Amino acid sequence: MSLLVAQDLHKSFGKTHALEGAALTIRAGEIVAVMGPSGSGKSTLLHCIAGILPPDSGVVRYGDRELTAMSDRDRSELRRTDFGFVFQFGQLVPELTCLENVAVPLRLSGTKRRDAERLALDWMAKLEVDTVADQRPGETSGGQGQRVAIARALVTGPKVIFADEPTGALDSLNGERVMHLLTTAARDTGAAVVLVTHEARVAAYSDREVVVRDGKARDVEFAG
Amino acid sequence: MSIGHALLGLLEGGPRHGYDLKRAYDERFGQDRPLAYGQVYSTLSRLLKNGLVTEAGVEAGDGPERKRYAITDAGVTDVERWLGTPEKPEPYLQNTLFTKVVLALLSGRSATEVLDTQRAAHLTTMRDLTRRKGDGDLADQLICDFALFHLEADLRWLELTAARVDKLAEEVAG
Repeated sequence: MSLLVAQDLHKSFGKTHALEGAALTIRAGEIVAVMGPSGSGKSTLLHCIAGILPPDSGVVRYGDRELTAMSDRDRSELRRTDFGFVFQFGQLVPELTCLENVAVPLRLSGTKRRDAERLALDWMAKLEVDTVADQRPGETSGGQGQRVAIARALVTGPKVIFADEPTGALDSLNGERVMHLLTTAARDTGAAVVLVTHEARVAAYSDREVVVRDGKARDVEFAG
Repeated sequence: MSIGHALLGLLEGGPRHGYDLKRAYDERFGQDRPLAYGQVYSTLSRLLKNGLVTEAGVEAGDGPERKRYAITDAGVTDVERWLGTPEKPEPYLQNTLFTKVVLALLSGRSATEVLDTQRAAHLTTMRDLTRRKGDGDLADQLICDFALFHLEADLRWLELTAARVDKLAEEVAG
């Protein structure tokens, strides 16, 4: 069943056309790698389908709702309840402990501190970073930081996780560990993953790939 | 792969009969390509002829009698020499993928399609290897990594070529 469908997306930044008619379909629970050379528009595509960036034209549907027709406020709400995000650099809050960082999305949704931190710690254990729960992000290694970020992305039970070059700043071994834990956790919870990467070995953790070239996404399975 | 050297190396652990050697080889190095019995026995008879192994008795069992083979001093020296000699790096200058791309361009077909089809096939194999690696022990992981890094190199070339295919088309046409 299609969970997220993007059709004919266009997005320009000044004179630069980042997306020129990109289309993409994500089914519930599948892991899709979005690949393509630097500057091909793959990150812009991710930002548009995740409701972070409004496209200039085109439609993004999530279930039976049209993301592109929603207000900023509704899109923010949807991002918080249904989507999880992992970026190249964890983007954790440096002043908070790792545990507090993971608990943030739950706290924002009104979960009590104690309940939020208990759930957060469960996820940190699954990602093998419960040992750094009381440390601040700056005191952890790159691999640990990314796993904390993944725990934060998973803690609300999202339907879709958007991961933009999640291993881009890690060495091979740490990158593989992060990918293994991310994809295992996603499969266990049934979350779909949209994985932007330029690395084939990272894309090999996906179920299928979509290639973006010159702002057009070639979704092999759903072409035509 | 030098099967002879691999068998010799396995015999350094102690004498074995042919079937046992085949099993040890398949387990450690065979991956998806187990050795044929014929190949094991023809290799052993060559090693015997060259004085690198010797017969070390016959093992009686329920089935036919089985000869045991032991490595000789000359065999040990040969293994040592082989381990100490670097493998010749593959020059990779004759390449089917490159040939297909150029021929597609020369004949007015889509080189991009050739590249995309190959890319998808490479990624499918990489997915299988990644899954297999996840289920395997360290030796499995390392042999899968060897394959994955090589396939990744091919993919990088496929991408680079896809990005420059228009220019190559001009060059080929000229």
